[in-house]
Amino acid sequence: MRHLTYLAVLAGCLAGALWLEPALRVGVLRQWRRLLLTLAPVVAIFVVWDLLAIAAGHWSFDPAQTTGVVFPGGLPLDELLFFVVVPVCAVLGFEAVRKVGSVRRVFVGLRRAQTTTGGTAPTRPTGQTRGDR
Amino acid sequence: MTYTAAALLGVAGAAVVDVFVLRTRLLRRRVFWATYPIIVFFQLISNGILTGRGIVRYDPDAIVGLRLVYAPVEDLLFGFALVLLTLSVWTWWGRRDRSVPG
Repeated sequence: MRHLTYLAVLAGCLAGALWLEPALRVGVLRQWRRLLLTLAPVVAIFVVWDLLAIAAGHWSFDPAQTTGVVFPGGLPLDELLFFVVVPVCAVLGFEAVRKVGSVRRVFVGLRRAQTTTGGTAPTRPTGQTRGDR
Repeated sequence: MTYTAAALLGVAGAAVVDVFVLRTRLLRRRVFWATYPIIVFFQLISNGILTGRGIVRYDPDAIVGLRLVYAPVEDLLFGFALVLLTLSVWTWWGRRDRSVPG
């Protein structure tokens, strides 16, 4: 089981972010083509960085805590998945913040509209139709 | 090159992509700076486990040695570059999709 440790950390990251898709309807996974087009260059660039760093000896991975599937150049499958999981979580978080922000702006806008018109919609002067303002 | 130098270069590269290449300019947008602290919080947890348990180990000669929740500070820069590049490309594709007629 110990060799699944790195994968478990990645699963934890996904668990912490994936709920945003149904809960806030951020629509990130729904835009799967845009997500794949985003992941492709990011994964490519960071895999190259990782391979160079492994070759330079900047870091190494514990074989006992990784799957044991290792690509040429010494890149573990776990590390490759890191470059998929982290960007997916980042995009989910980004879109969630955007969503919450836009909802807040709508509410603030509504409150401002109420204070400037002196009340809610029913107190609007009679005879005025919706299209007037 | 040390990891320190590579990480600084990575941040610079991602910033150039965001501001000049794709012109998404997330670095100047509030939504990015509102999102990033949330991501850093979760990064410190997951990266702390990865480095604290020794799943990923670092050459002491490649880093300055300053650590935050077990992880070398360079990891923060690495993460920033990864997240900024990702969100920049994501935003760029979003704009392209909208510009397609119909």
